[in-house]
Amino acid sequence: MAAVDAAEVVVATSAQEAVEAFGSGADVTVVAGGTIVVPEITHGRLRPRRALLLGGAGLAGLTREAGRTTVGAMATVAALDQAPEPLRSTARHVADAEIRAQATLGGNLCAPPGEQSPRGDLQAALIALGAQVRSAGADGERTEDVEEFLAASPGGRLVLDVSFADPQAGSTAAVRRPHAHAYTVLAVCAARTGGQVRIAASGAGPRAVRCRAAEAAFADAGDAQAAADRVLDDVTPHDDALASAWYRSRTLPVLVRRALTDLT
Amino acid sequence: MRLTVNGTEHEVLSPPLTTLLEVLREELSITSPKAGCQQGGCGACTVLVDGEPRRSCLTPVAAVDGARIATVEGLGTPDDLSVVQAAFHEHYAAQCGFCTSGFMMAAQALVDRGGEPSREEIRQALSGHLCRCTGYVKIIDAVTAAVNGEVDTGRSEADAGPQGEDAVTLIPGSPA
Repeated sequence: MAAVDAAEVVVATSAQEAVEAFGSGADVTVVAGGTIVVPEITHGRLRPRRALLLGGAGLAGLTREAGRTTVGAMATVAALDQAPEPLRSTARHVADAEIRAQATLGGNLCAPPGEQSPRGDLQAALIALGAQVRSAGADGERTEDVEEFLAASPGGRLVLDVSFADPQAGSTAAVRRPHAHAYTVLAVCAARTGGQVRIAASGAGPRAVRCRAAEAAFADAGDAQAAADRVLDDVTPHDDALASAWYRSRTLPVLVRRALTDLT
Repeated sequence: MRLTVNGTEHEVLSPPLTTLLEVLREELSITSPKAGCQQGGCGACTVLVDGEPRRSCLTPVAAVDGARIATVEGLGTPDDLSVVQAAFHEHYAAQCGFCTSGFMMAAQALVDRGGEPSREEIRQALSGHLCRCTGYVKIIDAVTAAVNGEVDTGRSEADAGPQGEDAVTLIPGSPA
């Protein structure tokens, strides 16, 4: 197949090898679990010049110690069953068991927005948890808030791991589409960490969005409805193949109220 | 690169980013894994990679260099059906047959895992597989029978008898 013939392929056998092969990230197509990028190649939408396969690079594993959870970029979505809420429940609703055993946290975090439907279901959970992303790239290694990571282009970075303080509570509420395997149209995640509640929405734009106005309203009065009323301050829902902007605008406040009501 | 497919070792010459599905079908002429959606949505291409069910359409062959691959070709023969094949036969769990090999390999992984999965756990394990003909009731019935060992494969009999002959009509491999 023409799309794969020309590619130079590196199969990294350690994290260090992966970082070296990634370099500045220019012209490198990273293949983690492959669930998103491989169809792009198969159908000729992506023609990699260099490909970096991470399956043998380590970078997997999920550790929980001293009140902090660290998840390697190559940890599978299935492995997130050991993560705190709302990451655990969010991960359980990604695709189906076979895909969850192949897809990775790093791949999900770096998923480019889909043209017809949202991608990156885990992003809202990671924003709600105030996660820190450790990555390598042109200016070496750095660690930053997941929001900053997503705002810059993840394309130029190689995610190494993601970590966050374990929350006191976490919850999620979502509109899921019943299918042979469910997928998520719209979701709200909330987590209370160190007394602070963070709220984020996914499926309401190209990437997950933190809902700061709703957070502020909730911090003032602890009133889930008051927070719900402010969610559209930060989120401008769009039309796509899954739902209309109108539907999303009506549903999002309900999800915020439900998620916050469940945040015990 | 090397793959051991159904116990036979093969050297693979396709470019490293070629999907496992394409290597199996086009280079090795092993055609039970089907090219359905080719984007991970239908499960028709599922094979076992080192015993775990994986979508071969999502897997670059370089990512599974050296792995053991199992496909329907390795399950049984027309005269000697495996438990999963016999269960699908007994429960009329195939119609056009296009999705059947993916379902069978997912079912085989469940059987291999052992234990006594509930009907709901079986549904979850099969949830990545689409069937557009029969619906899922008969398929889930078949897999339930297979995991519970409630299947007559005829393997213990010297003469496979009528079941063995009937089974010929249901052998996967077509449509190729």
